[in-house]
Amino acid sequence: MTETLDHDIPSFPMARACPMHPPAEYRELRGREPVSRVRMPDGQVAWLVTKHELARKLLADPRVSADRLHPAFPGRLTAEQRAATERVRRLSTRRSMIHLDGAEHGAHRKILTGEFSLRRIAALRPRVQEIVDRTIDEMLAAPQPADLVEHVSQAVPSLVICELLGVPHEQRRDFHEWAGMLVSRSVSIRERAAASDALNDFLEDLVTEKERGEPTDDLIGRLIARNRQTPVMTHDEIVGTAVMLLIAGHQTTANMISLGVVALLENPEHKARIAADPALLSPAIEEMLRYFSVVENAPARVATEDIEIGGVTIRKDEGIVVSGLAADWDDEVFEHPDRLDFERGARHHVAFGYGVHQCLGQNLARVELEVVFETLLRRVPGLSLAVPAEELPYKDDAGIYGIYRVPVNC
Amino acid sequence: MHITADRERCVGAAQCVLAAPAVFDQDEEGLVAPLTVDPAGADGPAVRQAVHLCPSSALRIDEE
Ligand code: SF4
Repeated sequence: MTETLDHDIPSFPMARACPMHPPAEYRELRGREPVSRVRMPDGQVAWLVTKHELARKLLADPRVSADRLHPAFPGRLTAEQRAATERVRRLSTRRSMIHLDGAEHGAHRKILTGEFSLRRIAALRPRVQEIVDRTIDEMLAAPQPADLVEHVSQAVPSLVICELLGVPHEQRRDFHEWAGMLVSRSVSIRERAAASDALNDFLEDLVTEKERGEPTDDLIGRLIARNRQTPVMTHDEIVGTAVMLLIAGHQTTANMISLGVVALLENPEHKARIAADPALLSPAIEEMLRYFSVVENAPARVATEDIEIGGVTIRKDEGIVVSGLAADWDDEVFEHPDRLDFERGARHHVAFGYGVHQCLGQNLARVELEVVFETLLRRVPGLSLAVPAEELPYKDDAGIYGIYRVPVNC
Repeated sequence: MHITADRERCVGAAQCVLAAPAVFDQDEEGLVAPLTVDPAGADGPAVRQAVHLCPSSALRIDEE
């Protein structure tokens, strides 16, 4: 490897020229240096992977760790932000499988896989449909223009996760409000910390209650029962798992809904084709997942040994950011990646990651997206953006890409 | 074509079932449960895609 002078190292994240396209540097880096050095917001240097093949290789490599608490783990916050949000971080640093490696990860994951099988998820579809119908009713009844994010994008995943975790009906409103505050730009750090504490306490109580009483027929209840038979998780880890499921299932799906709807409204011919042919919906969703790959830098890792890859040597204890977005715009794998092509067969995208940590909830996300897009196209055929797509407030500053507000007329 | 599915490695993402529903299924635990380990020739491309998509390298095919 050639010596890289310190000032030559580009900063991560890189800026987008167009809100719907990845930063232009990804393309250049992929051609020149598919595993390259970047400076993270806290000043640490990490490796950035921009090529599809190498991204898959690294994410499946047992010599990388997902341990978020490792000092070299690439984070998105500056040192000050990190200090200011210490309490918010508590919510995301509780132990759950996304932070674990090897056998420990395997045991945590295995106790949950049955909950996310295709059959289980298919059985949930009627409930998802009811939730989507209700949120759309509320959007239609709201003063126009209504905010798609508030009424549908945020509401659907939040209510679905309540259903899954077994959050009682009376408490869903609070739950939804706290979850929304965690990701809102218009609340102060102090308010966000308060919401985070409230949610944490809430899930702590929920788990404790379910542990005490008769086993309930919901994900947490079944997890507790299974864990009693074969102990894998501590009480704290069950709470951490509930928190992880909430966070992981919430923002990702919410932002995919917003971006997907904008993409459909901006491409009326695509929209018309899906509306006319429901069989196209599933491949269209894979393509949208690829195109937006909203989990920009969540697939971060730390090398646990020296790894030779893409012409460089990643040293033990160095951080790695595997950009799913960069990988999913690799034109060697997806021809003309800038074209939204519903028939390309994009299922090998890495929008859900790859390797043993590949998203456990991916098939639930698919169902939520399918039901939302199908129902919106059917029930609100006149849906339109109330402001030009370029003027929407895109989340350039967030770890998961998306849009803060999408005013629509319905 | 002969399939080996390693349930110890499987992480239950169901990519295989989505790619080749005639060949792969999931059991109660969400782990891969092949419906057949010697699929018909016509399933070949779908099975190969399943192998390619499996995130945990739990599937192997031996071509005969
Ligand atoms: S694709 Fe691989 S990990 Fe996923 S269910 Fe099938 S065998 Fe298991």
